[in-house]
Amino acid sequence: MQIFKNPNYDFVKYRWHAIGLSLAVLLAGAVAIWQNGLPLGVEFSGGTIVILQFEQQPPAIEDVRRAIDPVVVGGGEGAVVQRYGAAEQRELMIRVPYVGAESGTQLSEAADAIRDAVAKANLGAFEVAGTEIVGPVVGEDLTRKGISATTLALLGILLYITFRFQFSFAVGAIVATLHDLAVMATFLAFFRYDLTLNVIAALLTIVGYSVNDTVVIFDRVRENLRGMRRDDIRTIINVAVNQTLGRTVITAGTSFLAVLALFLFGGEVLKGFAFTMLVGIISGTYSTVFIAAAIVSFWRKKPARAAAAAQTPQPVRPGPTARVRTKPSRKARTS
Amino acid sequence: MDLRWRIALTLVVVGLCVWAIVPPSEKIRLGLDLKGGAHLVLRVNTDDALRLETTTTMERLREDLERAGVTAAAYEVVGPTRFRVSGIPSAQDALFRETATEVQAGFNRESGADGAHTFVLKPNVELTLREQAVTLARQTIERRVDELGVTEPIVAEYGAAADQLLVQLPGVTDVPRAKEIIRSTAMLELKLVEQGPMPSKEALLQATGGNVPQDLEVVSGVETAPGQPPATVYYLLRKVAVVTGRDLRNAKPSLDENNTPAVNFSLNQAGAQRFSKATAENIGRQLAIVLDGQVRSAPRIEGRIYDEGIIHGSFTTQEAQDLSLVLRSGALPASLTYMQEQTIGPTLGADSIRSGVMASLVGLSLVVVFMLFYYKLSGINAIVALVCNLVILVGAMAYVGATMTLPGIAGFILTIGIGVDSNVLIFERIKEELAAQRGVRQAINAGFSRVFLTLLDTHATALISAAFLFQFGTGPIRGFATTLTFGLISNLFTSTFVSKTIFDLVLSRRQAATLSI
Repeated sequence: MQIFKNPNYDFVKYRWHAIGLSLAVLLAGAVAIWQNGLPLGVEFSGGTIVILQFEQQPPAIEDVRRAIDPVVVGGGEGAVVQRYGAAEQRELMIRVPYVGAESGTQLSEAADAIRDAVAKANLGAFEVAGTEIVGPVVGEDLTRKGISATTLALLGILLYITFRFQFSFAVGAIVATLHDLAVMATFLAFFRYDLTLNVIAALLTIVGYSVNDTVVIFDRVRENLRGMRRDDIRTIINVAVNQTLGRTVITAGTSFLAVLALFLFGGEVLKGFAFTMLVGIISGTYSTVFIAAAIVSFWRKKPARAAAAAQTPQPVRPGPTARVRTKPSRKARTS
Repeated sequence: MDLRWRIALTLVVVGLCVWAIVPPSEKIRLGLDLKGGAHLVLRVNTDDALRLETTTTMERLREDLERAGVTAAAYEVVGPTRFRVSGIPSAQDALFRETATEVQAGFNRESGADGAHTFVLKPNVELTLREQAVTLARQTIERRVDELGVTEPIVAEYGAAADQLLVQLPGVTDVPRAKEIIRSTAMLELKLVEQGPMPSKEALLQATGGNVPQDLEVVSGVETAPGQPPATVYYLLRKVAVVTGRDLRNAKPSLDENNTPAVNFSLNQAGAQRFSKATAENIGRQLAIVLDGQVRSAPRIEGRIYDEGIIHGSFTTQEAQDLSLVLRSGALPASLTYMQEQTIGPTLGADSIRSGVMASLVGLSLVVVFMLFYYKLSGINAIVALVCNLVILVGAMAYVGATMTLPGIAGFILTIGIGVDSNVLIFERIKEELAAQRGVRQAINAGFSRVFLTLLDTHATALISAAFLFQFGTGPIRGFATTLTFGLISNLFTSTFVSKTIFDLVLSRRQAATLSI
């Protein structure tokens, strides 16, 4: 069984369309982030989260907001009150921003105040299922670490691909990965998922996933560069993408299914993580085919021997790779 | 390698991992987010330790100067790392410089006009003191947490500035109590009372004309008389303590003569010597028991006391227990501030486990159905490889004692994805080779050998990002990076080695003309 019987699509032809689409999405994302900012989780913004589990049905959100209004600095307006987790868990999440505490006050003051206020308002018996309190310094620390971890990871990957392939491939892979990070940030901003530590984990996972995807196709390009010395880079890339198309679709599809299960059944805590992964898998697959390959095709427009062959476009040749066995020429070797 | 050896190797590896997992409830360590408990980040206010060093040095210099006959107008601590001596008469300048050389082991002297000298802690000494304070705080907290009876706690230095401590207490439910025990400085001092108690500072200082003499200090306390509301009172105490918490040998909760909870303490040899001497010389006077800068009680010295004492104060039984705990574990070198805290109730953790496991199972079965449908009999091969992969992953995690966290479960799901990807890459390649009219055996061999390099490259890049994730990580993220790393390595083994072995095993029995793929 085969999804594609001898696929023969000219992907490189659509590179400008793809770049246009990506730019449009990223521009929209930039505007959204510039206007509203990325919603930050308490890990980064500082603040207090209290999760209350009620014995009976949780009270109306408005009632809770009114109850905590006097004890929250800046009033209940600044607080987020929402249902948390599956309905049968009867949980409410209350989140208040961090306000510069006077010296000597305890970090947990806001959490205690919220608990007491809800208890006093007689909204039903409950217990505190969890709290999370973060001072502002911690957030800055995390942001710095997160950025440096991502930068270092990308640099490491850049070096590795340059070493194993060549520099143009490495640039293609990195640009595609940065593209995916930006797309995920865009969707986080649009769908208002908080940037939490778990979401950072998802972002870094997609960095790995996207590069993985790119490497698989580049690997084929490298192999074809040896076997198809007479063809121009466009053809070579198209053949590689078509040859691996079945794999690309199946892998993306199965990963997507696994993460979709996480999104649907993984519970509230993992929701942002799974959402980011879903967006990242789609974006990562797309960026490999259209962005990374396009960059390599711009970079190496005319390989040494392909100038003549490029005059008369060769049909795209998918299929067997027996030609790999042909004697590799030194000039056409790439790695 | 011989097929039999390869089968044996596979069975041994998988067998060892199964052995490492069983029984799961004992072998697999759950992280805080799954088990419930408290996650605390504290900052050690290392300035406190510096200020103590600065103050002590200034007092020592004052004593030395007075003994040498040098009179200064004022001594003053002007910051955590600096103090100033001013008004040294020019006639005594040479004598002053000579006497001050001793403290200059740790301090630099900056001399200004009019006989004023500022002493600044040397930068390398400052750094050492700060590091010592953090280390000492860590050790003290470790002792306290151990005494609390928490299983598998984590107390570690944390953060870029190296002045933070991470404390993780799995399974702790009374978080406020744990926080208080960790944080109390537990600085115990026994000081002689010169004046007091008085209801106000003014009344206290009347005898000395409103000034605090240089070797004395004013300390407040709470007095509780039966039938009256507690009132703040003031004492004038000797600055130099008779004994401090460092001289303690033991402390335990007890009952005082009124049958209310109190804390009994006993002193070590050096402390007992000083204590018995001081009590013998001061019979009839009051001795203040000062805890964290507050007078807890000031009993009258009835006679010579050797090495035992009792701390009264309106304690509950729990408070008396906690106070003896922190006294036993020693004082903190500096105060602590909570920077971050997270508590996870056990039900929230259990819910997370349930949803995580549920999601993994659903994801796994979707993948299984797809692989069987798309790759038919070869799909079974892929599934066996995938199951081996997961067994090895869990086994390796259990073996090294890695902690299972919520993002760790996500790492499992990602490992499923990567494992399937590897199989798909290989199978698709085999299909290509079959389409090129190769024999089944050659197609399989070619498929595996061609894809091996691709897999090496993809796994290496993923490992690079996992490594940085681990560097970056706090608890849960680390769990994710750990899972991913083990998953990548075990996947390379199962998808290339185990899967190939299964193919070879099947083909060794019969000469196949076609392959169900």
